[in-house]
Amino acid sequence: MEYSGRRVLDVPRLEISAGEFFGLLGPNGSGKSTLLRLLHGLEMPSSGSIELDSRPLDERLPLAERRKIGMVFQRPELIYGTVFENIALGMKFRGWKIDGRIEALLDRLEILHLRESFVHRLSGGELQRVALARTLVCEPQVLLLDEPTANLDPYQVGLIESILVEFHQRHRPTVVLVSHNIHQARRLAERVGLLLAGHLIEAAETDRFFEHARDGRVRAFLAGELIY
Amino acid sequence: MGLPPVFVGLVVYLLLSRSGPLGVLDTLFTPTAMIAAETILAFPLAAGLTSSAVRSVPPALVLQVRSLGATAWQTRAAILKHSRRGVIAAVLAAYGRIVAEVGAVLLVGGNIAGKTRVLSTAIILETRRGEFDLALGLGLVLLSLAFLANALLLRLEPKIYR
Repeated sequence: MEYSGRRVLDVPRLEISAGEFFGLLGPNGSGKSTLLRLLHGLEMPSSGSIELDSRPLDERLPLAERRKIGMVFQRPELIYGTVFENIALGMKFRGWKIDGRIEALLDRLEILHLRESFVHRLSGGELQRVALARTLVCEPQVLLLDEPTANLDPYQVGLIESILVEFHQRHRPTVVLVSHNIHQARRLAERVGLLLAGHLIEAAETDRFFEHARDGRVRAFLAGELIY
Repeated sequence: MGLPPVFVGLVVYLLLSRSGPLGVLDTLFTPTAMIAAETILAFPLAAGLTSSAVRSVPPALVLQVRSLGATAWQTRAAILKHSRRGVIAAVLAAYGRIVAEVGAVLLVGGNIAGKTRVLSTAIILETRRGEFDLALGLGLVLLSLAFLANALLLRLEPKIYR
């Protein structure tokens, strides 16, 4: 993937199985968010292709298929309105009946009391939870998470993680979690990869990745010794 | 955005006059001519303010709305909804422009009693006649209408103070 002639992502091949929970680690500017946007289809690669269930992920893919992908962004941006309106947005786009699942999610995220609050009055942690709710309420089959627990306190991190685990167990979506938190990736992911300067250095099952990584840069990154 | 009203009135007058290119429409000194002139005056203001409100929406918000599965039209509707305070301000500004207009409507309407006389032109007429009480009364009516329009439109804006 290139921006203004500068190559920011160069991943010859990355295959994520249906229902897999994949963790992607890497320093700032390594291309993780760019990769997520490509996996969502929000941007098209400047070369190569992205496939969803062996079908090219581009404008030719029916909207109903593309709507199976959901993403939680690192810095959530919400529509000027209430928490409820924002969470219902994806359901309205799909023409779904607005039912009690919004309240159930709000309750699980411990923000039911904010249902009618305007989003510009929310704290960073509350915004993050609303952003998660508006994605999960659409029950995506592919869930892309860009630092979903950034700026949250330990209790809220634990809450979000437990909700993600529940969601994964119940619905079995394919999950790609981008995180700076290597311990979080180790807790949640079944397979983990490391992205450095746009290159996928290594991807392996979680235990092998953390205990016996093949590439020295992975070992140095995990030990906090990598200079980039 | 700030077209000189009298000039707009003059241009519309010349277009709609018998010898003008649109003279066949026979709309000079009718409410239609007044509406045409007011539209030309108000449109740049409304469009400019609305455009400004929409362009100030962060690109990240547009991306995130798209990520929720919005079609192109749904994205536009969501962004307009997000910008509604700016759109309401645009409508109010355009309304204020229109109700206060005198020069253009006088030129193309002619201030004909029972036909093209409006509050603003009537105030001019009564003031020139020395009927100050009547002019003031008409002015208060105009002011009340402006306040009413503001109040009604502002009800569309969500309550942000609780």
